[in-house]
Amino acid sequence: MILAADPLLVDGIDLTVVLIVLLKAGVAFALLLVAVMLVIWFERKLISDMQNRIGPALAGPWGILQTLADGIKLFFKEDLLPTRADRVVFRLAPYLSIIPAFVAFAIVPVGGDFSDGGDGTVSMFGRSTFLQVADPPVGVLFFLALSAVAVYGVMLAGWSSGSKYPLLGSVRASAQMISYEAALGLAIATVFLSSGSLSTHDIVVGQSATTWNVLATGIVPFGIFLIAGTAELNRPPFDLVEAEQELVGGFHTEYSSIRFALFFLSEFMNMITMSAIAVTLFLGGPAGPIVTQRVAWVWPLFWFFLKVMAFLFTFVWLRATLPRFRYDQLMDLGWKVLIPAALGWFLLIATLDVAADLGWPTIPVVIVGVLVLWGGASLLSGAVRKAQAERLEEADRGADETAGSASGLGEA
Amino acid sequence: MSTPAIFAAVTGFDPLTGGEFLVAQNIAFAIMAITMLVSAVRMVTTGNVVHAALYLVIVLAGAAGIFILLGAEFVGVTQVLVYIGAIVVLFLFGIMLTKGSFGADDGVGGERRGIAAMVGALVLAVMAAALLDTFRDAELSRAEPSLTADVADLIFSRYIVPFEAISVLLLAALIGAIVVARGD
Amino acid sequence: MSDYLRNWLTLVVFGGVAVLLVGAFLGLGSLVRPSRQTSQKAVVYESGVDPQGDMWSQSNIRYYVFALMFVLFDVEAVFIFPWATRLEVYDVFGLVEMAIFIFILALGLFYAWRKGLLRWI
Repeated sequence: MILAADPLLVDGIDLTVVLIVLLKAGVAFALLLVAVMLVIWFERKLISDMQNRIGPALAGPWGILQTLADGIKLFFKEDLLPTRADRVVFRLAPYLSIIPAFVAFAIVPVGGDFSDGGDGTVSMFGRSTFLQVADPPVGVLFFLALSAVAVYGVMLAGWSSGSKYPLLGSVRASAQMISYEAALGLAIATVFLSSGSLSTHDIVVGQSATTWNVLATGIVPFGIFLIAGTAELNRPPFDLVEAEQELVGGFHTEYSSIRFALFFLSEFMNMITMSAIAVTLFLGGPAGPIVTQRVAWVWPLFWFFLKVMAFLFTFVWLRATLPRFRYDQLMDLGWKVLIPAALGWFLLIATLDVAADLGWPTIPVVIVGVLVLWGGASLLSGAVRKAQAERLEEADRGADETAGSASGLGEA
Repeated sequence: MSTPAIFAAVTGFDPLTGGEFLVAQNIAFAIMAITMLVSAVRMVTTGNVVHAALYLVIVLAGAAGIFILLGAEFVGVTQVLVYIGAIVVLFLFGIMLTKGSFGADDGVGGERRGIAAMVGALVLAVMAAALLDTFRDAELSRAEPSLTADVADLIFSRYIVPFEAISVLLLAALIGAIVVARGD
Repeated sequence: MSDYLRNWLTLVVFGGVAVLLVGAFLGLGSLVRPSRQTSQKAVVYESGVDPQGDMWSQSNIRYYVFALMFVLFDVEAVFIFPWATRLEVYDVFGLVEMAIFIFILALGLFYAWRKGLLRWI
């Protein structure tokens, strides 16, 4: 694997280079802000359609300006700060929520020719460059670090409000986010096995040379990534954070005016970024057939946005279809299904890679690997079932005292 | 201080890197170092535990920034991922386990400040001695930042025993916490 | 300055612009919005009645165990990532080392599972 850096930054820096970097950054910002407005409208319109309603229809053609109208309205709302709030942290929390959402988009390659082993450089004002704001060699790790920082936004918003519902919502939300972050990271690890690099650009190049990672890693990590990503975004069916029937609005109950708008924006911005990262890691990024040679540079952009749209549609579709998980089901899914599955699958793929390297026959290795995994899983489920039986027995014997102590446990 | 020395300090003459001028790096380092120092002092002087944890986050972020500045980006990003993303979150959950820690708590360790300062000074002395002893003559390779692959090669050759020991250590920590949590 | 640092500088500038943009939003908001504060408006929401007691509620120990397990798996992931990019070099030796590492940490997860700490009542 060649570690190709962005050719724009390799040689000396002159005014053109600085301007190109600034242009890319500016376009990325504009793109994100416009995309967020359109995505909010898209979600409302689509979910209305699925529920046989009309949805926003008055502001602009097909209500497309509805988000803008809502945003402007929020600018003119009074900003309230609860007396019991921690003033500094209360003001800091929206920043911590939205800045990672912005910055994570910087490492996503949105265009460039990756077909037929192309390395994705485009020519811009006589310089060749990548169509992404920056390409740090540890790009995907950087994305994971940013989503770790985003936990603080939620946690501190709830803590600093000085109110009960936000506190409960934020503790729940941060526990959910860290649980699924673990599964997310382990699902991504399988991608590194087939790509051999942590840079988003190299991962896309690697996929254009062989096959898309969704197939190269055997679909399971992709499924885990999708589920864990939905939970990480606090999207339905994992939206326990703002389960309005139990927690009012969750961590942002006390926020109003533009500070609330920032939380709202960061939620949808994270949705776009997560879709873009999923496309980059598993679906070949901007790769796709170049149909016409005349405006060849448009096609990668088109394929990229088409793939991102498919993810956004899936997120909305999930919301319209599935009821919300219970908290115990949520934690069970994360820790008892996704993480063991991700670890097991990771080891299986690693073993297959090593076997292929050493020239062992593939099919027996696959069979043995699957058998070992299956054996481990059945041993595990047997142990757990036995533990459960013992626990039930124990509970039967000491029903009175357990009942007494269980009601004494403070449930948060 | 003589004029060349002042000139060297201002423009970033660095004897460790073979006498090149590193203005931008030194300015970035100065900003991060000062931020870290101020936050570290605030961390031990603030009366609010959650604020103290947040100042710790700033110190750790500064350390990550310095790692990246020195070319060790994998270590730097890992610093954010593990320390800020996991360990301080663990601290915050630990704080939330306690009763009544909202708002300023003036009684935080007030009477033991002297001993704490002494321990701090001792740790600083030991760390400084160890670092100076190990890296006194080490040159910083600015031309080639250390790649993730280099880190991996080191872990899986020279540091393979510590690597396996870490897993046992983490397991012990988890089992300890579970035993405490269950109260048996 | 190497291209490595230029890459990170770009990211820092990008993040800085994001901070400024958010600051500009908040600044614009504070210019145009009305402010007629009353003490009633600054009371926290509690289903329409006056807030009762202290806002601080002690959280459950389970959250702490989950956070600790997250530390476990985060550290594990951080070791797995560089290993995964270099697997073809380490071959069977690396595979066995990593399998032991993952197995030991998985023991922690199964211990917590067995002890019922993953069960959310």
